[in-house]
Amino acid sequence: MHDLINYIESYLGSDKTPGVAGNIFWATVYILLVFVGLSVAVIAMNWLERKILAHMQVRLGPMRVGPHGLLQPIADAIKLLLKEDIIPAEADKLVFLIAPMIVVLAAFTVFVVVPFGPTHAITDMNIGILFMLGVSSLSVLGIVTAGWASNSHYPLIGALRSSAQMVSYEIAMGLAVVSVIMMTSLNDSGTGTLSMIGIVRAQQAQGVWYIFKFFPLGFIGFVMFAIAMVAETNRAPFDLPEAESELTAGFHTEYSGFRWSLFFLAEYSAMIAVSSIAVTLWLGGWLRPFPNLLHGDTWDLVISLVPGLTFCALGAITFYNVARMPKHPLFRIQTAGLAGFGAVLGLIGLVMFIPIVRNTIQDIFWFSAKVAGSMYLYIWYRGTFPRYRFDQLMKVGWKVLLPIGFALLILTAVVGMRAEVWDQVVIPLWHWLLSIVGLK
Amino acid sequence: MNPGVNPQLVNPPVATAFFFYLLAGIMIIGGIAVITRKNAVHSALALIATLLAQAGLYLMLYAPFVAGVQIILYAGGIMVLFLFVIMLINIERTMKERQFNKQWLVGIAAAAALGALFIAVYTKGKSLFPIGRVPLNEGNNTQAIGNMLYGQYMFPFEIASLLLLVAIIGAVVMAKKRI
Repeated sequence: MHDLINYIESYLGSDKTPGVAGNIFWATVYILLVFVGLSVAVIAMNWLERKILAHMQVRLGPMRVGPHGLLQPIADAIKLLLKEDIIPAEADKLVFLIAPMIVVLAAFTVFVVVPFGPTHAITDMNIGILFMLGVSSLSVLGIVTAGWASNSHYPLIGALRSSAQMVSYEIAMGLAVVSVIMMTSLNDSGTGTLSMIGIVRAQQAQGVWYIFKFFPLGFIGFVMFAIAMVAETNRAPFDLPEAESELTAGFHTEYSGFRWSLFFLAEYSAMIAVSSIAVTLWLGGWLRPFPNLLHGDTWDLVISLVPGLTFCALGAITFYNVARMPKHPLFRIQTAGLAGFGAVLGLIGLVMFIPIVRNTIQDIFWFSAKVAGSMYLYIWYRGTFPRYRFDQLMKVGWKVLLPIGFALLILTAVVGMRAEVWDQVVIPLWHWLLSIVGLK
Repeated sequence: MNPGVNPQLVNPPVATAFFFYLLAGIMIIGGIAVITRKNAVHSALALIATLLAQAGLYLMLYAPFVAGVQIILYAGGIMVLFLFVIMLINIERTMKERQFNKQWLVGIAAAAALGALFIAVYTKGKSLFPIGRVPLNEGNNTQAIGNMLYGQYMFPFEIASLLLLVAIIGAVVMAKKRI
């Protein structure tokens, strides 16, 4: 027993992730925390997406279940779990059952290397970003097998579209990622890193987020990735595999109930996963804004108060809406519920002011805030862009993003090595030209 | 100082006999399933399982980069294209077709030769191969590969990429009627 407590305590104060330190207890705790956090994020995202889309289209969105529809995701979940689970008679049963599991496994496994903070990751791998891209590309297998196993035309067409689309956009995605990895190699040792934590550390050491590095090269890479990640997660405007106006629901047409909700869960956690890749690679991961410009004790204190203030502000907004609730007696319970929700938010905010919590939570907060911004981008895309036609989609992938990606790669390499290029290529060439003309 | 490299990796080894037998077992079962399934999609799925287990074996050899590339290229890229083609095949027709050709004599000869080779390695292995542990280079495996590919082995690497370029041009020539 004493050994166990020693083992648990031995990790505390370590500057490594539990996976790297080899501490199984804390690794399990982190895995559970990430799993719970992810599920909550998916639920919140479900509600937020419907609300934000509705407000963009001047509608109210869900308003019936709970105050402002806050309990709608829970009602949906109960409905999905109670729904009849149908397996088509002509379906390939085994593959039909395995497919949603492949998608969910691929979507959740990638979070093993997502760095929420310098020590707040389950583990740090030497091949971090490669692992993330590789495992998230496995989810296409689940989609393709789901479409095939349904033994029906719409799912098959959806699956074919999905596989063509994901294989095409993976290349653009990879090129954008490689340009960032080249940027990490601009240090004394001359080799870069693929480790997710290492990439953020490199941004810290160079004092710049890679979105601003070699402006506008870093920014172009980010935009390329932002386009490719939408295609990679089958979201609007690239949601052709499930285009409801043409294919009813695409690859998951024949799925119902729990299995359908697995696809839903996987789609949203895959969105969070690629968003966290974008945040880690271009937006400085867990680093707070302006660590070099606004440094010193005062600024550190002010910025460490931001998480608490954010949650207090959310609580205040909720209480403003409590005051705006109808005063009719029928709304009494709803008003009380909303007030309770606001109180919880405010309480979380107050807890975040405690110094020890404040210092632990800070990097996680900044990381999550950036990911949340990226998720808002997804909703915004869906609310504003019409769906692409399939040939347009392929054209954008192969004829626009691919050449831009190659140009970006070469330009990043040249700009990164500009001193060497100048000394070893341009100046010798100039002297050679001079000697040919006879000036020397 | 390289930011991604932790000089003191003191993990308990994952390269235990249990994991080796687990992964090897998955690979063998998957491999048998690939050739015995009549349904081509089932064969492809079994092949994916085999390739993923192989990636696990690379991890056990402390070659994470090769494992990552194995997943991203074979399981995520090539197998998707395989499935893409196989899905369009008429399954009912392939079910009726004969699965094995009757060349069991040649098959037995090849299998016996391979088996003899394995037995020879097993019995004489100690004298054939040096005993000793390779220094584990997990911490900066990728960096080492990068330095080698773009330093010592630059020329073979470029030759390989030229070969791929020729293959791409060949595919374009075959697919396009008029160029």
